[in-house]
Amino acid sequence: MSGERILVAKVGLDGHDRGVKVVARILRDAGYEVIYTGLFQTPETVAAAAVDEDADAIGLSMLSGAHMTLAPLVVDAVRARGADIPVILGGTVPDHDLDELRAKGVATVLTPGTTAEDIVKEVQRVLDGSQVA
Amino acid sequence: MSGDTSSPRAEWEAAFSASPTRDAEFTTLSGIPLDPVYGPEDGDFPGQYPYTRGPYASMYRSRLWTMRMFAGFGTAEDTNWRFKEIIKAGGTGLSTAFDMPTLLGLDSDDPMSLGEVGRCGVAVDSLSDMEDLYAGIDLGEVTTSMTINSPAAVIFSMFIAQAEKAGVQRARLGGTLQNDILKEYQAQKEFVFPPRQSMRLVRDTIDFTAAEMPRWHSVSISGYHIREAGSTAVEELAFTLANGFAYVELALAAGLDVDAFAPRLSFFFNAHIDFFEEIAKYRAARRIWARWMKDRYGATDPRSMQCRFHTQTAGVSLTAQQPEVNIARTAIEALAGVLGGTQSLHTNSMDEALALPTEKAARIALRTQQVIAHETNVAHVADPLGGSYYVESLTDEVERQAEEIFAHLESLGNGSLLEGVITGIEENWFQGRISDSAYDLERRLNAGQRITVGVNGFKDGNEEDQIQLLRITNEDELRQRKRLDSVRSDRNQDAVAAALDKLRTEAEDPEVNLMPTLIEASHAYATVGEMMSTMAGVFGRHVEVPSI
Repeated sequence: MSGERILVAKVGLDGHDRGVKVVARILRDAGYEVIYTGLFQTPETVAAAAVDEDADAIGLSMLSGAHMTLAPLVVDAVRARGADIPVILGGTVPDHDLDELRAKGVATVLTPGTTAEDIVKEVQRVLDGSQVA
Repeated sequence: MSGDTSSPRAEWEAAFSASPTRDAEFTTLSGIPLDPVYGPEDGDFPGQYPYTRGPYASMYRSRLWTMRMFAGFGTAEDTNWRFKEIIKAGGTGLSTAFDMPTLLGLDSDDPMSLGEVGRCGVAVDSLSDMEDLYAGIDLGEVTTSMTINSPAAVIFSMFIAQAEKAGVQRARLGGTLQNDILKEYQAQKEFVFPPRQSMRLVRDTIDFTAAEMPRWHSVSISGYHIREAGSTAVEELAFTLANGFAYVELALAAGLDVDAFAPRLSFFFNAHIDFFEEIAKYRAARRIWARWMKDRYGATDPRSMQCRFHTQTAGVSLTAQQPEVNIARTAIEALAGVLGGTQSLHTNSMDEALALPTEKAARIALRTQQVIAHETNVAHVADPLGGSYYVESLTDEVERQAEEIFAHLESLGNGSLLEGVITGIEENWFQGRISDSAYDLERRLNAGQRITVGVNGFKDGNEEDQIQLLRITNEDELRQRKRLDSVRSDRNQDAVAAALDKLRTEAEDPEVNLMPTLIEASHAYATVGEMMSTMAGVFGRHVEVPSI
């Protein structure tokens, strides 16, 4: 896992940044290089930053209920740049949204209560999968 | 307040007998008669400086706390319906949640609003939405709280305009504007203008309500979001009170007399899961506020020294796993708020770790308060934990640690709390402390040093518990955009342009109070986004430097 780069981001208007910061520190402590782009990003700015920074994965944190609209737009914006960077979503996502999010290209969803250990495992699983592809 | 003042108890008795008593039987379930408060002759009593035991002599013997349930989703019509349900179910005050675009001063048709309209609260774009929001509700009777900060002056102006159109004079309006911009930079992060420009708008609202709206609480100084963002109980308390001192210094610098505005400041605290620490926090809050207001700011009106607060149970303590267990967590937290002497209370619903509450979940949350109020008898005796060795000692310790934080901020501001708080924000001091505390708690949880039921212990049943969640569709967003389109086409454009021009000119002069012009622009159906971007043209926009 050494040196793999993860860009964590908040898209849209949601200012809840406790989750993104805690997860950023968990990932940093696990040995990843973590870049946080700050609040109020758009799908376009996140995709552009991920490509510019040569990120291996994007972690989106969403707690406002706008994930069904915004998370797929981030996936689309990344693909529109010809990049193949997996998008991982974390936050208050109800079970009934999971299938549709995966169908729209979100690599995995980390829901409330996921432990630090499981976060790292799942992120690494996604990173390993995308390197094979 | 004359009468026998030969001892603190005699003084309390005089104040108590001058207070109304609500209709209830003040005995235990087995019939043992209960005094309104217990304590030694020369001890502290509620309603007495420094108010550790409560702001009022009679506390819940006169009136139970206000069961103020926060609600808002979809369009104004949807939320109006929920408000009426709350009133029908016995709720005694309204509390309005706005959606993210409104909180950030954006219209529903702004490109940044995509996907967020009506999600986390109600969408309000113009006076027209405000009219629908409170339609059929007598605002001269029900008090209304509005959780709005960056655009607080704008939304408040629309609220006043709407009430006046409905025939309720502004002086009769009772309620609370959150209007606490400082904690936005520290924790909640829904900011628009830079701190100093935002503080000018806070000053304008304090000044305006002090002059024209005697029943209105101009700022609800909020620790809730600081705690939700990850702070400890002590940090919640200290940051919140420090912000309160900053608003006091702001209003004093504007030339207001402390007793002209301080009685209208109120507070909003979290009720987290550590039962006794929370109760100690509320008791310490009252004592610290009283001492500082009297000694440092020269208040002489007791109401300026009384810390009155709203409480909400801790959203972050809720789990997505086995959500029904959240009812138990919320009940315990609500009980801490009541034993701590809160003036009003919101109880979270069991499904809020994942979504806005369903009507049923919200009703159970309100019922939880009613059980505490009417079945447990805990409201019969004021400050029932006063005199407990444990709670008194914890109260002192929480106070001591808070004073250390005030000392740090005072040195940051060279003797000024106002400057200290703004500098602390600009230097990311608050934000860093909160992130550190959040991570520290997460680490203890992950190390198994703390157990959260259903998350890292007692997980049997996690799979089987599926509850019905509220689903908000994109149709609400489309509906709201259409409403906004028709407002824009029906209004008098010249009147809007004239009001916005006047707003721009006045914003450039920091001496002018912007409230009258904002009310005028509201009457002309100028939108939230139009008024906010007009001011942003003068004030600029705040950008936070991202840090992990």
